[in-house]
Amino acid sequence: MIRIKYIAEITILMTLISGSLWAQPSGKEILDKIDANMSSDTRYVKSKMVIHGPRSSRTVESESWAEGKSSFTEYLAPAREKGTKMLKLQDKLWIFSPSTDRTIQISGHMLRQSVMGSDLSYEDMMDDKKLSDIYDAVVVESETIGETDCWVVEMKATVEEVAYQMRKLWVDKDRYIPLKEELYAKSGKMLKKTELTNITKHGSRWYPGKITFKDMLKQGAGTEFIVDEIKFDVEIPEHILSKASLR
Amino acid sequence: MLRFYLKGLFRDRSRSLMPIIVVAVGVSLVVLMHCWVTGVLGDMVVFNARFATGHVKVMSRAYNENIGQQPNDLALMGTDQILKDLEKEFPGVEWVERIQFGGLVDAPDENGETRAQGPGGGMAIDFFSPESKEVERLNLQKAIIRGRLPEVPEEIMLSEDFANKLEVGPGDAVTLISTTMFGAMSITNFTISGTLKFGAAALDRGGMIADINSIRLALDMQDATGEILGYLPSGEYDDLLANAMSSTFNEKYSKPEDEFSPIMLSLREQGTMTMMLDIMGYFKGVIIGIFMMAMAIVLWNSGLLGGLRRYGEMGLRIAIGEEKRHIYRSLVVESLFIGIAGSVVGTVFGLLFASLLTRGLDIGGMMQGSNMMMQGVMKARITTDAYYIGFIPGVFATALGTALAGIGIFKRKTAQLFKELQA
Repeated sequence: MIRIKYIAEITILMTLISGSLWAQPSGKEILDKIDANMSSDTRYVKSKMVIHGPRSSRTVESESWAEGKSSFTEYLAPAREKGTKMLKLQDKLWIFSPSTDRTIQISGHMLRQSVMGSDLSYEDMMDDKKLSDIYDAVVVESETIGETDCWVVEMKATVEEVAYQMRKLWVDKDRYIPLKEELYAKSGKMLKKTELTNITKHGSRWYPGKITFKDMLKQGAGTEFIVDEIKFDVEIPEHILSKASLR
Repeated sequence: MLRFYLKGLFRDRSRSLMPIIVVAVGVSLVVLMHCWVTGVLGDMVVFNARFATGHVKVMSRAYNENIGQQPNDLALMGTDQILKDLEKEFPGVEWVERIQFGGLVDAPDENGETRAQGPGGGMAIDFFSPESKEVERLNLQKAIIRGRLPEVPEEIMLSEDFANKLEVGPGDAVTLISTTMFGAMSITNFTISGTLKFGAAALDRGGMIADINSIRLALDMQDATGEILGYLPSGEYDDLLANAMSSTFNEKYSKPEDEFSPIMLSLREQGTMTMMLDIMGYFKGVIIGIFMMAMAIVLWNSGLLGGLRRYGEMGLRIAIGEEKRHIYRSLVVESLFIGIAGSVVGTVFGLLFASLLTRGLDIGGMMQGSNMMMQGVMKARITTDAYYIGFIPGVFATALGTALAGIGIFKRKTAQLFKELQA
């Protein structure tokens, strides 16, 4: 009788342990699922950036096309920025300014500068790599954001050429989309914080309608990146992702 | 009695000549060093005032707190009104607006695409207003290496090193990529009018100077400026006046609860200027102290030697009944005459040497040409206090030396004196 009770206890314990193991996905699995939501072969986005400066806020509108490591953005408003175009081909970035009729290549440490005075850097804009390709992830705990259960995932870069060596993500357990993120330098200093809200479904994937960036080294109340329209896996005409599109 | 002392000094040269020479040498060195330090440090203060601090500077409170970052997003707005207020409150003071700016300077190829680029930092000044004295104030004409000063707002000057790095020169086009005061991207074309030497490594790596109105346009800073510098009517920095001005202005216009309200700082209140001005003040005390000590020791020794030489005289004076205290006092009074005489001679010679150095020592050869940051000539400056500063160590050191040497008088015993005299 004691033996049967002992076996039953062991069985229940094993079931609980294995059950909990199955319930908590690995860091790699979480990153793969995030990539499945956030990454696509091609993409078209029409967006607004609301930049909250120390004195005033301003809104910059743009539309962009992206395919792999290449992307093209044209600024639509305000008047001062209208017609400014940005082209990224692989690791190179060019800006065309209609007022000066100049095409300027941005490189080196300038890529860490703010885009249009926002809390996003050119590196942030160019960062299109799949998380699972460049980070190792570990699930450290569970936490609730609002009413949403999240996995707290700590990521460490596996390559040198990334903007942030460490990241901490709060990932929705159901939809596998980050709701909050902290971005750190190698020294452990927090550089940026983001919050992803207005999560909506686009076909089979979840995608945030608004991402709020806060550069921790900058004054102001952060930058809201609002997605007005997004299309995944669209056909992009060849000329758009070429230098011909700049002028 | 005084005539008696003076006669003694004049007739017995060995009593006065050497101490007077010692005092004169010491005093002349004190005067010369005082004039030299006042001149050199004073020129540094003048230079800082011209280039960076003004005699007073007005900024927004937030800009002042982050001044190291040249934060044009925190610049002063409504500067036309602020300038009117300043002119009304402080008539006669010259007010100039400046904008410190930074960005990427891009040199195009024949297709208008990037050929070379580098980060730069610059200063926007008023080149074109008829009343502007900025070109002279910043010594720009002399700092030109190639080309000329800007003649139209679309022209810019780069440091020679920066221009060489970008492989551009006078007449070439460059594009400044920067950020407007509202955070937008700013891309502006300029033509290089000339190159110059700043004389400081950081500025020579990526320095530039442009007209304030064209930079205002580029950085969307209409009716705004980073800094307003004020220069006192006398042209000289007056600490008391500048501090009084800043107190008056801040009381009336600066609001601690509003980070964008203006704040005025005197030159002393900015950066390392407090230290520099304090050093100037302390230095006078230090050189006077050092020379007073050194001369007192020398004169003490000379007093001791004199005491030995006048051993018999002192003995006789005590033996015939003169009080030791009286003898001691007479020696100190004699030394005061010596101190005054030495100080007069020393001050005359010190001022003479200093006046030769007011023309300046040309160190331009050591600095490979003139530039904006350092003047090629280091000069002494004769100020009012140079006429009396030498008397402090001159008279006191002599009196102190004699007072120390004269203590031996009190150790002489009358009973012993007669034996010495008989011998």
